[in-house]
Amino acid sequence: MTKTVEKTDALDLERKFSKIKPLLKSYEASVEASRCLFCYDAPCINACPTSIDIPMFIRQIMSRNVEGSAKTIFTQNILGKSCGQVCPTEVLCEGACVYNAMNEKPIEIGRLQAFATDYAIKKNIRFFSKGKKTDKKIAVIGGGPGGLACAHELTRLGHEVTVFESAPNAGGLNTYGVAPYKYSNKESQEEINYISQIGFEIKTNHKIDSKSLSELEKKYDAIFLSIGLGKSNKLNIPGENLKGVYGASEFIHELREKEQKITVGKNIIVIGAGNTAIDATVETSKLGANVTVVYRRTEKEQRAYYFEVDLAKVHSARFMYLTTPIEILGKEKVEGLKCIKNNLKFEPIKGSEFVIPCDMIISAVGQEKMVDFYKNISGLKIDSGKVIVNKDFQTSNLKYFAGGDCVNGGKEVVNAVSHGRDAARGIDRFLMEKVSS
Amino acid sequence: MPNLESNFAGIKSPNPFWLASAPPTNTGYQVMNAFKAGWGGAVWKTLGQPIVNVSSRYGALSYKSTRMMGLNNIELITDRSLEVNLKEMKEVKEKFPNHALIASMMFEKKEEWHDCIKRCEDIGVDGFELNYGCPHGMCERGMGSAVGQNPDVCEKITSWVTEKATKPVIVKLTPNISDITKPALAAQRGGANAVSLINTINSVTGINLDTMDPNPTVSGLSTHGGYCGPAVKPIALNMVSELTNHPDFKLPISGIGGVETWQDAVEFFLMGASTVQVCTAVMHYGFRIVTDLIEGTSGYLDSHKMHSVGELCGITAKKLKKWEELDLNYKVIAHIDPEKCIGCQLCYIACEDGAHQSISVIPGQRVPMIKEDHCVGCNLCSLVCPVDTCISMVKIETGKSKITWKDHPANPLAKVKAF
Ligand SMILES: Cc1cc2nc3c(=O)[nH]c(=O)nc-3n(C[C@H](O)[C@H](O)[C@H](O)COP(=O)(O)OP(=O)(O)OC[C@H]3O[C@@H](n4cnc5c(N)ncnc54)[C@H](O)[C@@H]3O)c2cc1C
Ligand SMILES: Cc1cc2nc3c(=O)[nH]c(=O)nc-3n(C[C@H](O)[C@H](O)[C@H](O)COP(=O)(O)O)c2cc1C
Ligand code: SF4
Ligand code: SF4
Ligand code: SF4
Repeated sequence: MTKTVEKTDALDLERKFSKIKPLLKSYEASVEASRCLFCYDAPCINACPTSIDIPMFIRQIMSRNVEGSAKTIFTQNILGKSCGQVCPTEVLCEGACVYNAMNEKPIEIGRLQAFATDYAIKKNIRFFSKGKKTDKKIAVIGGGPGGLACAHELTRLGHEVTVFESAPNAGGLNTYGVAPYKYSNKESQEEINYISQIGFEIKTNHKIDSKSLSELEKKYDAIFLSIGLGKSNKLNIPGENLKGVYGASEFIHELREKEQKITVGKNIIVIGAGNTAIDATVETSKLGANVTVVYRRTEKEQRAYYFEVDLAKVHSARFMYLTTPIEILGKEKVEGLKCIKNNLKFEPIKGSEFVIPCDMIISAVGQEKMVDFYKNISGLKIDSGKVIVNKDFQTSNLKYFAGGDCVNGGKEVVNAVSHGRDAARGIDRFLMEKVSS
Repeated sequence: MPNLESNFAGIKSPNPFWLASAPPTNTGYQVMNAFKAGWGGAVWKTLGQPIVNVSSRYGALSYKSTRMMGLNNIELITDRSLEVNLKEMKEVKEKFPNHALIASMMFEKKEEWHDCIKRCEDIGVDGFELNYGCPHGMCERGMGSAVGQNPDVCEKITSWVTEKATKPVIVKLTPNISDITKPALAAQRGGANAVSLINTINSVTGINLDTMDPNPTVSGLSTHGGYCGPAVKPIALNMVSELTNHPDFKLPISGIGGVETWQDAVEFFLMGASTVQVCTAVMHYGFRIVTDLIEGTSGYLDSHKMHSVGELCGITAKKLKKWEELDLNYKVIAHIDPEKCIGCQLCYIACEDGAHQSISVIPGQRVPMIKEDHCVGCNLCSLVCPVDTCISMVKIETGKSKITWKDHPANPLAKVKAF
C-alpha cells in the first residue's frame, strides 16, 4: 500500500516539475528551424554572450545535419546544452530575433540549441580532443559552468587541468541552483561527463581553504577562480534564527540535492523579488504551498524577468509591493512576519504595520561574496566583493585568473561560460608567451 | 455576381474549373463527389489498353516545411477495365447531365481509337481529350509524349480521332519539347477543337541518400517520372502564352499545371486559357478547394467590373513581348521602408554577394541603405525581403524617351538613327 502511494507521489512530483520548455522532437525541430530567416550579421548572435553562430546551427538542423549543428554550438559554448535550457532567452538571443519586429513569435533558439546538443550528448559524439601537451598545469577552483568551460578550453589547448569542487557533484548552480523544471540533476551530470571526457580531472568533495591554496600555488602554473557567490544575505531583523527561516540559495540547494523530495510549509513568505526569489516561489508553489512575495519596491522595479514573474503568477503566488519586513514572529518556530508599508523612498508609513501569518520564510535578498576566501590570496584586488580582472580575466595577482559570478557579481550561466572560455585563452597566452620569450 | 458558366469549344460546364485526367478522376465515386463539391467538369483518367501499375508511384519535392511543392509520378493510364470505366462514366453523366465529362484516351491503332470514341459517345460524354503527354512508360510503347513530341504523328492521330468523333476533341500537349507551338499547330491541322496543357514534365524528384535509390523507388530502382504541382506553374503559364500569342494558332486553351488557388486560375485566364484543370492540388487537399477557386475568381471579376472569365482571356499574354521590344530607358530602383524593415539584412547580403553591390550597411544600424546611383533595379532585394511591401521598386524619371534594343546604338544590327 505505502509503496504504491510513494510511486504515485513520485509521478506527481515528476509531472509538477516537468520541463517548461520540453525537448523538441525531431520533426518539431525541423519545422521550427525552417522558420529561421538566416539573417546576415544576425542580431541574435550579438545578443548571445558566447556569440554562437545561431543562423548556422539552425540551418544545420533544417538540413538535418544535427551533428554539425551541435558542433557549431559547442565550438563557441561547450555548455550549449544547459544554456539552451536555462538561458533567459527572452532577454538574450530570442529577444533580439528579427521576428519580434514583425510582432511574430521569435525563433525558439534555446529549444533548438537544446535539441542539437542533446543529440550529440546522447550519442556521445565528440568534437574536441586534448591539445598538444604543453607541460603546464592549471588548477580550477569551482566546478560550476565557469570552471568547466575554462577547464575544457584549457585542455583543448594542451594544458593539464584539475578542477577542485567542494560539493559532492560538480556543475555549480546548474546542479544546485537553477530551477529543476529547466534542468535536472541527471542532465547536469550527463553534460559534465560529456565535457570532461576530453581529459581533465574533477576532484569533488575538495574544498579549497587557505592551507590547500598555498599548496596549489606551488604545484600549478596558474589558478582559475570560479567559486561563484556565497551564502544568502541576512535580513538583519529580529527572529531570523527561528526554525523555518531559510536563505533562498540554501533552500534551493537542498531542493535540488534531494530532487524535490522535500516537504515545505503550507503558507510561505518569500522576501525579495529577484529571479532567485521567484524560483523559490514557483518551486514551493509546485510543492503545494500558498506563497506570498514581499518586496520593498514596486512591481516595475523588481529585478526578476517579467516571464519569471508571470510563471509565479500562473502558480497563484501573491505579490505585496512597497512592503518592508520588520520582525519575524514565533516562539521556536516561525509563526508570522511583521511588515510595514513603505513609500517610494523606503520610508515606513506610520501605523501601517501588519502581520502575515506563515509557517516558513525564505529570504532571497541576494548572496554574500566570498570575501573571506579572497583574503588568502596575496595582492588580490576586489571591488564590492567582486574580483577585478583585465580583458584576459587575469587578476591583480598574476598567477590568478577569475570569471563567472565571482567576477560579475551574479549573472547567468552563459556569462560564466563565456568568461571561462575566454579566461582559458588568456591563461594560455600568459603561460605560453612566457615560454616563447 | 459574374457568370462563371463556361462553353469551351462547345463543351458546356457550370464553371471553368475541371479536374485533370489523373487519380482524382479514377472512379465514378470520386467524380460524383467532385461535382457535388462544385467542380464544373472532369477529364476521366486516361482510357486505353490494359496496363499494370508499379508500387510505389509518387515522389515529391518539399521545400523547408512546405510539403509537395512539386509532385511526380510513374503511374500509367487507368488500370481498370474499359467496361467498368464506361459503366461508371454513364452513371456520372446520368446523375450530373449539366457537368462536363470528358473522356481522356490513349491508343496505338486507329481502330482502337475509333472503337473507344464510339463507346464513349454512346454513353453520352461531352468531349474527348487525347493524351499525348505522359512522359513515362506509355511513350516507351510509342504513345503519350512519343506522340506529342512528333508533330507529324500528332497531326495524323488527331485526324484519326476527329474524322470519327462527333463531340469536341481536345489535344493534351506535353511540355517535354523545345517549341510548344509545333505540336499545337499540328493538332490544329489535324482538326482538333481545342488544346490543353501542360501534361507532366520529365523529372527525378530526389534520391534517398541512405540507400542512394532514386525516388519513387520500385525495389531499389526507378524511372523518370512526370512532374507537376505548384513548381511547374511558371513553365505552364509561359507555354500557354506562347500559344495565345502565336498568330496562326486559333484554338481555345485549357490551362493545366500548378493550379491550386483562384489566383493561379486567374493567371491562366489572363494568359489566354478559358478553362483550367487541376490535379496535384486535389491530390493534396481534396475536392473542397474548389470553393476558393469559384469564390475567389468571382470576387476578382467583380472587383474589375467584369462579368465573365472570357473577359480576362489573354489580357496579360499580350503584354509578353520579345526582349528586344522592351524599353531600355525605363528605370526603377529599390526603396526600403525603414518603418517596416526588421533588420534581417538579407537584402544586403543578396545584393552584395549575389547581385550588384548596391546596398550598404552602416555599423550599429540594422536598416540597410540602397546606393541609389548603383542600383540597377533588378528586384532581387525586394524578392528576398521577408516583410511584405517593405522594399518597393520605385520608378525613376530618367527624362529619356523610350528606346528598345532594336534601335539601340549598342546593337550592331540596329537600324541606327542619327544620334
Ligand atoms: C537560484 C538560482 C537560479 C538561477 N537560475 C538561472 C537560470 O535559470 N538561468 C541562468 O542562466 N542562470 C541562472 N542562475 C545563475 C547561474 O546559475 C550562475 O550565473 C552560474 O551558475 C555561475 O557560474 P559560476 O561557475 O560562476 O558559479 P557557480 O555555478 O556558483 O559555481 C561555483 C562552484 O564553485 C564551488 N566552490 C565554491 N567555493 C569553493 C572552494 N572554496 N573550493 C572548491 N569549490 C568551491 C561551488 O561549490 C560551486 O560548485 C541562477 C542562480 C541561482 C542562484
Ligand atoms: C499521379 C498522376 C497521374 C496522372 N495521370 C494522367 C493521365 O492518366 N492522363 C493524363 O492526361 N494526365 C495525367 N496526369 C497529368 C495531370 O492530368 C496534369 O496534367 C498534371 O498533373 C499537371 O497538373 P497539376 O499541376 O494540377 O497536377 C497525371 C498526373 C499525376 C500526378
Ligand atoms: S534573428 Fe531570428 S530569424 Fe534571424 S537568424 Fe537569428 S534566429 Fe534566425
Ligand atoms: S530584407 Fe527587408 S527586412 Fe531585411 S533588412 Fe532588408 S529591407 Fe529590412
Ligand atoms: S534592385 Fe538589385 S541592384 Fe538594386 S539594390 Fe536591389 S538587389 Fe541590388
